Amino acid sequence: MNLHALFAQLLELLLALLLAPVLVGWINQCRAWLQNRSAPPLLQPWYTLNKLFRKEVRLADNASSLFRAAPYIVFSCMALAAAVVPTLSTELIFSPAADAIALVGLFSLARVFIALAGMDVGTAFGTMGSRREMLIGFLAEPALLMVFFTASLISRSTSLATIVQTLAHSEFVIYPSLAFAGIAFVMVLLAENARVPVDNPSTHLELTMIHEAMILEYSGRHLALFEWASSLKLFAYSCLGIALFFPFGIPESSGFLALFTAGGTMLLKLIGGGFGLALIETLSAKMRVFRAPEYLGTAFLFAVLAMLVHLLLETGA
Amino acid sequence: MTETAILPIPLSGQLINLCAALMLLLGFAMLAQRRILTLINLFMLQGGALFASTVIAAHSTGQHHLYWSAAITLLLKVIGLPWILHRLIRRLSVKWDVETLLNIPTTMLIGIVLVVISFNVAQPISQLSGTIMRATIGIALACTLLSFLMMITRSKAVPQVIAFLAMENSLFFAATSATYGMPMVVELGIALDVLVGMVILGVFFFQIREQFDSLDIRQMEKIKEE
Repeated sequence: MNLHALFAQLLELLLALLLAPVLVGWINQCRAWLQNRSAPPLLQPWYTLNKLFRKEVRLADNASSLFRAAPYIVFSCMALAAAVVPTLSTELIFSPAADAIALVGLFSLARVFIALAGMDVGTAFGTMGSRREMLIGFLAEPALLMVFFTASLISRSTSLATIVQTLAHSEFVIYPSLAFAGIAFVMVLLAENARVPVDNPSTHLELTMIHEAMILEYSGRHLALFEWASSLKLFAYSCLGIALFFPFGIPESSGFLALFTAGGTMLLKLIGGGFGLALIETLSAKMRVFRAPEYLGTAFLFAVLAMLVHLLLETGA
Repeated sequence: MTETAILPIPLSGQLINLCAALMLLLGFAMLAQRRILTLINLFMLQGGALFASTVIAAHSTGQHHLYWSAAITLLLKVIGLPWILHRLIRRLSVKWDVETLLNIPTTMLIGIVLVVISFNVAQPISQLSGTIMRATIGIALACTLLSFLMMITRSKAVPQVIAFLAMENSLFFAATSATYGMPMVVELGIALDVLVGMVILGVFFFQIREQFDSLDIRQMEKIKEE
């Protein structure tokens, strides 16, 4: 049984590492279709990663050791985050190690390092990007925590595995609070992963960019690690969304057959979710950076409302 | 606590709760919305949620007059009024952003406070009521207060009217959730009132614009008797 859990854990990590760039490729493909452009191949992010890994690393003269260490730290944070979120099975080796709150901490650890690395060389662009990232981060984090708290109130545990178990395997109940939490979560997802209403992931030269501005000084395998890490982050967030709001089909056991069917349903859900994300990005326009606090404030308020609605409607007091 | 308390609620009750939550959500979305066109579409969606919850209540309780009120809701609030409003803003050509008196995050914060207050106030009332929708009285009250807040914070005439209509929506919802709706005559009367009110306000819009060259209500405060 323990061996099974270990196997499920390893398989999940491997799948996350492999599928994360493919998910980004799928979203790009959907966006291109929706915008009447000819789509890049599904594996384009992998080709880019491959190219970047083979290129030479160029460092600025005044780059410190932090600048060189940051890609590895950020990448391992994101890989760990993707491993903690239950996608294939709720019986995972790592899941007792990190609950929902620790997961938020993991994301913010990566954010601190990427922001520091952006400031390290001292270019104007990098510093600006870091400051904006911290602004968005400190507004998005409470909203994300509130979403987790709502799910934790329902399942009376902050452990992600227990939350998924309660939501997926107890008797079918409609939780109106999760509708609010879901909207808040999608808003946070878009902001945290530098998607369209807050940041544009497909441009490199724009004064409003956030994520790209911080990693502008990176090249070669460092850049590849950052790109991979950001796709892993999107993957982890998508899996979190699936685990919290559409957990049906995630098995409790980790037998081979269960893992196989879980993998199939997860793929289907990711395909659907990726298409939905592309749809949102196509339908909405990028907003001014100064609108971002209002946007994330709305996300936070929705998350608070989710808790209030849960207390009113679902406790039956 | 949750697990044991939830199970007695039947599926229809859960669906009504979901509709109620959606109404509250749409109320907040309207409060945060700057564009008039989107505001009308949100109003239409709120009417849709109201219609769904009334139909579910009618089906699960066997109260046939609720079907009639649901039909009125569908005809009037999902199809009729949005159509009139769309026509109005096309005629008035006011599709631009709505100016708010308070900035939107502050409005939303006040909205949250209102929700907390109304949830607290409604708690004892809902214990008196015996309907399956009693838990939603708090939400209906919150929606009413939110529409009220929207009327206060908007300075243009069209959003104020939409807020007024949304308030009527939530009052209707409150009536349904507390006592399974009002008598048919009263409901018909209210529906007709809203329709007539809408027509009169439509005429008013044109008059206001002709007199002041804008739909800003603040202009009217300057009127002095001579």
